[in-house]
Amino acid sequence: MATFQTLAYLVASVLFILALRGLSHPETSRQGNQFGMVGMAIAIIATLLTPGMHGWGIVLILAGLAIGGSAGAVLASRIQMTALPQLVAAFHSLVGMAAVFVAAAAFYSPQSFGIGTPGHIHGASLVEMSLGLAIGAVTFSGSVIAFLKLDGRMSGAPIIFRGQHMLNAALGALLVLLVIAFVATGSAWLFWLIAILSFALGFLLIVPIGGADMPVVVSMLNSYSGWAAAGIGFTIGNLLLIVTGSLVGASGAILSYIMCKGMNRSIINVLLGGFGTDGGAAVAGPGAADRAPVKAGSPEDAAFIMKNAQKIIVVPGYGMAVAQAQQVLREMADLLKKEGAEVSYAIHPVAGRMPGHMNVLLAEANVPYDEVKELEEINPEFADADVAYVIGANDVTNPAAKTDKTSAIYGMPILDVERAKTVFFVKRGMASGYAGVDNELFFRPNTMMLFGDAKKVTQEIVQALQR
Amino acid sequence: MNPTELANQASETAQRALALAEQARLAALQGAAHLEPVAQAASPFLYLLTIFLMACFVGYYVVWNVTPALHSPLMGVTNAISSVIVVGAILAAGTAESGLAIFFGFLAVTLASVNIFGGFLVTRRMLAMFQSKKKA
Repeated sequence: MATFQTLAYLVASVLFILALRGLSHPETSRQGNQFGMVGMAIAIIATLLTPGMHGWGIVLILAGLAIGGSAGAVLASRIQMTALPQLVAAFHSLVGMAAVFVAAAAFYSPQSFGIGTPGHIHGASLVEMSLGLAIGAVTFSGSVIAFLKLDGRMSGAPIIFRGQHMLNAALGALLVLLVIAFVATGSAWLFWLIAILSFALGFLLIVPIGGADMPVVVSMLNSYSGWAAAGIGFTIGNLLLIVTGSLVGASGAILSYIMCKGMNRSIINVLLGGFGTDGGAAVAGPGAADRAPVKAGSPEDAAFIMKNAQKIIVVPGYGMAVAQAQQVLREMADLLKKEGAEVSYAIHPVAGRMPGHMNVLLAEANVPYDEVKELEEINPEFADADVAYVIGANDVTNPAAKTDKTSAIYGMPILDVERAKTVFFVKRGMASGYAGVDNELFFRPNTMMLFGDAKKVTQEIVQALQR
Repeated sequence: MNPTELANQASETAQRALALAEQARLAALQGAAHLEPVAQAASPFLYLLTIFLMACFVGYYVVWNVTPALHSPLMGVTNAISSVIVVGAILAAGTAESGLAIFFGFLAVTLASVNIFGGFLVTRRMLAMFQSKKKA
């Protein structure tokens, strides 16, 4: 039986690897997801066949699977694609909490996992248990804060107070001491004290991080949820948990790295938080007042120029998601294609609130994925573009990132929209972007501002194009 | 050799390494039966560590191969598979002697199930939307 189970776990691990492997191309991705489902089913069935299961234990397990499964299925089928980042954050919190519960179960019934008897758990297992517990608890409370911020139930602004980093460092040190004491004594109240302290730490770690840094936070919590699973895997000596946990941990870590690179910031810098809180006005410096006035246009003007354009590049940002403008944007692109123009989409790595957010929204609006391009691929094309249509993006187009060494966003890779013959900015007003930096592109002669809600402006362009 | 091929090969190699690690684990298991109890306590951790490090490498190579357009579905899938923690939860709920442990196991099964079903289904919804020009 044990051999069969180990074999089943091995098959499940390989299927999980294949699931990630499938995501290398949209064509193979759907099959990859199915591999993942099959792998999970194998893992669950193999575990249910463990000898010595109580009959009523199985009833409880099936009840849990049914309750949780139907809740998950309903959530997944009802959620709007724009709300995807908060859903993912909420899911991460559940993995974290599940890790805490499994650690607790292992603590109160160590004989189920062969790691000792109550009160006499092996020292090494206690170390692993406290790691799984602490990472799981940090994942839980951190993800809850990320969820609240992404869902708008809590302000996205960073919350900073004096001595914050000192407090975190002190709590971290205290946590290490508690773990040492827990390993030495194996006492229950130390177990729960570690849990409470880790909850507090997760909360304090995410609170100072601002809204637009959320792609990094969501990726990082994704990584943590994996490490939590791996930690529990070590505790209960389960190979499948370890393999899967490390896959997920590595995946989240790579995504965090890619997101940080997309902003030219170090992970430490993001974690310490408080970006863009110096106040936009101070950074704007000599700009606003003595610069040429901006040129504001009407949707009709934009429609006229785009009708005569050969090559149009759309640059979507978080503003597009907020306004739910993706559908009408695709209608605009369809009309322009009928006029003979070539339309493509340029995606900055950190556009939106989670990695790949814009790609999913455009796919939802039936934009073919071959028209959607990454930064390196599209940047050379801006030079022959007649129009760059920037909708709900700002900082990622700011040339100051290349030229102004004093700018907060200096060094960040940007989309070279300034090379297009005409640049349209669809924006609510003249406010600076998230980083609090003035965008000099607004003041250039070949830029036209289209003030208003992203969806409304694009709709008016569609109407003008149809006339 | 282009980077994709290289990454493919690396991921294959890593998968083979994983299989090898598993063989080593089984061998170690058999070997451990004849060893002193002290050695028995040390070796399981070492093979788990081996598997852990191998899996980290596999994850590293496989994930770099994921196209950036599918980074959101990647989060969906990893989120779903990380709820494999349900395995530990099932063992707790099904085999524990203490009522408290069974209760915690049940809670963990429920939470992880939300994730399993939710994660895979939301990923399927996302992936269904990605269409190429020919099909659209």
